[in-house]
Amino acid sequence: MNYEPGTKVATRDAYGETLAELGREMPELVVLDADLSSSTKTAAFAKQFPERFFNMGIAEANMIGHAAGLAASGKVPFASTFAVFATGRVYDQLRTSVCYPALGVKVAATHAGLTVGEDGASHQANEDIALARALPNMTVVVPADANETRDAVRAAAKRRGPFYLRLGRPAVPVLAIAQAMAGGEAGAPFELGRLRVLREGTDVGIMACGYMVHEALKAAELLAAGGVSAGVIDVHTIKPLDKEGVTAAARRYGCLVTAEEHSVIGGLGSAVAETVGESYPVPVIRVGVADRFGESGTPDALLKAYGLTAEHIRDAAGRAMAARKG
Amino acid sequence: MPTLTTDLQQKAKVLRRHVVRMVGEAGSGHPGGSLSAADLVAALYFHFLNVDPARPGWPERDRFVLSKGHAAPVLYAALAERGFFPSETLWTLRKLGSILQGHPDMRKTPGVEASTGSLGQGLSVAGGMALAGRLSTLDYRVYALLGDGEMQEGQVWEAAMSAAQFKLDNLTAIIDFNGVQLDGLVENIVGVEPVADKWRAFGWDVQEINGHDMDQIVKALEAARQVRGRPQAIVAHTVKGKGVSFMEGLAAWHGKAPSREQMAQALAELE
Ligand SMILES: Cc1ncc(C[n+]2csc(CCOP(=O)(O)OP(=O)(O)O)c2C)c(N)n1
Ligand SMILES: [Mg+2]
Repeated sequence: MNYEPGTKVATRDAYGETLAELGREMPELVVLDADLSSSTKTAAFAKQFPERFFNMGIAEANMIGHAAGLAASGKVPFASTFAVFATGRVYDQLRTSVCYPALGVKVAATHAGLTVGEDGASHQANEDIALARALPNMTVVVPADANETRDAVRAAAKRRGPFYLRLGRPAVPVLAIAQAMAGGEAGAPFELGRLRVLREGTDVGIMACGYMVHEALKAAELLAAGGVSAGVIDVHTIKPLDKEGVTAAARRYGCLVTAEEHSVIGGLGSAVAETVGESYPVPVIRVGVADRFGESGTPDALLKAYGLTAEHIRDAAGRAMAARKG
Repeated sequence: MPTLTTDLQQKAKVLRRHVVRMVGEAGSGHPGGSLSAADLVAALYFHFLNVDPARPGWPERDRFVLSKGHAAPVLYAALAERGFFPSETLWTLRKLGSILQGHPDMRKTPGVEASTGSLGQGLSVAGGMALAGRLSTLDYRVYALLGDGEMQEGQVWEAAMSAAQFKLDNLTAIIDFNGVQLDGLVENIVGVEPVADKWRAFGWDVQEINGHDMDQIVKALEAARQVRGRPQAIVAHTVKGKGVSFMEGLAAWHGKAPSREQMAQALAELE
């Protein structure tokens, strides 16, 4: 499925559609859900391949355990629930049953971040990247839009080992990533562990993941209007992080901003800061959720209230440039 | 002279009307499981629970833990009617800055005893409160309301075992057995029957009632507090969406707000 730039599609929808496509191509693909198949969009797969779909009920730990057993026995299991329940709720199951033996369980976690909206703090996973990233053997991917989700789901199905795919609830803009890439690296396809430069700049580099890539592109426009040339880099793979690419950006810009719909603790911002701290230290200003829980509200109101908009990224870019040495 | 039963039935209707309006005004939320629990919640808040709206933190108060936290609207409606906050607050449900979060937040809402929303956790918290009551020689009671789908969580049974081990006779679990969860019928997803036998096997005193029959609800709650040496489970057979014809029994109304027209129709049915 190809998604048209300019339209709006939820990454969870792209996940569901890609799963159904993959079901035809991969007989070993199985899907598990925990009473959220209508929300995680695994329902489309369930309908087409009922014998390869297992609704485990409201029992996430049991679901991850079964996924581990399926993976240990030659199947490629995708297990879905909301991101809060796909990480914290099942952390020891992920750790001992999945990551320690490096089993190929693909955790596709939807409703991540603040844009869950009205359900409030209990349902807003702002720590899941940190949790997933801390587990050895885990790959962590946060797609920016529907096309990147499609590519990431396909990559997850092919890759060996545990995989954490972070998806969102609301419809978000389909970005012109392929077009942007064509201008840069001659139509470079999606590659796990390889960041994507969506816009070249000279003054400041903005590294973003998930929905925040869209806000980062808007921020670059705002900055351009003020005479600042900002680069925008889509870091879809948080782990293994493209250390070369991140270091190259640090060298090129001398200062970086990170933007993610996640706590500033342990996510993309941390990963980037840890990397450049060791390879090429430059100021890294993190745009993300401060160390606090979310609350109920519309996604847009929450993004504003928690400092996750293009304007916030623009302001952070100003601080990053001011902090740059020399 | 209104009897206790008719009085509580009237209260339940008020709660149902509030639920419909709250979720309708919010544009999102969970009407189905709020409506199925309205009679149970009405009996608790307007007859059984020894609480004082002027002192929400009063140490001797009874505790109610809404383990199926998505039914927050019916809890908020009861708290407002009981005087914990003005009823106008109900129309701020799920809005930015509101004290009424999508799922219960014990730090934001007076009268809310536990922060829930992640299913399967409430009975353990209630067990801790019951233990504390015993330790402090306070004779308050603790009630927890669980969903039937929620019983699929293993933690529910961990709590069931420990409560029996600790002989928590000051703890009552009420199961809102409406037969429906999010994706469909409980029996088609992961069946939980025989529910009463399960709780019995875990060492609990068990009563099985019609969760919309106020006489039965009152009698069961009365009987539960006479039980010594064991926690008590009340398995309440209910109908998801009870009271709103087009919502009854349907998983589709688990987590969907009514439109303006649907809201008007629902309120008319609840006159
Ligand atoms: C741990 C956890 N998993 C999943 C969910 C999402 N969820 C919210 S309500 C619900 C269905 C609940 O069904 P049931 O317990 O029968 O409640 P009721 O029918 O009374 O609404 C689900 C799966 C959740 N809130 N918590
Ligand atoms: Mg139910």
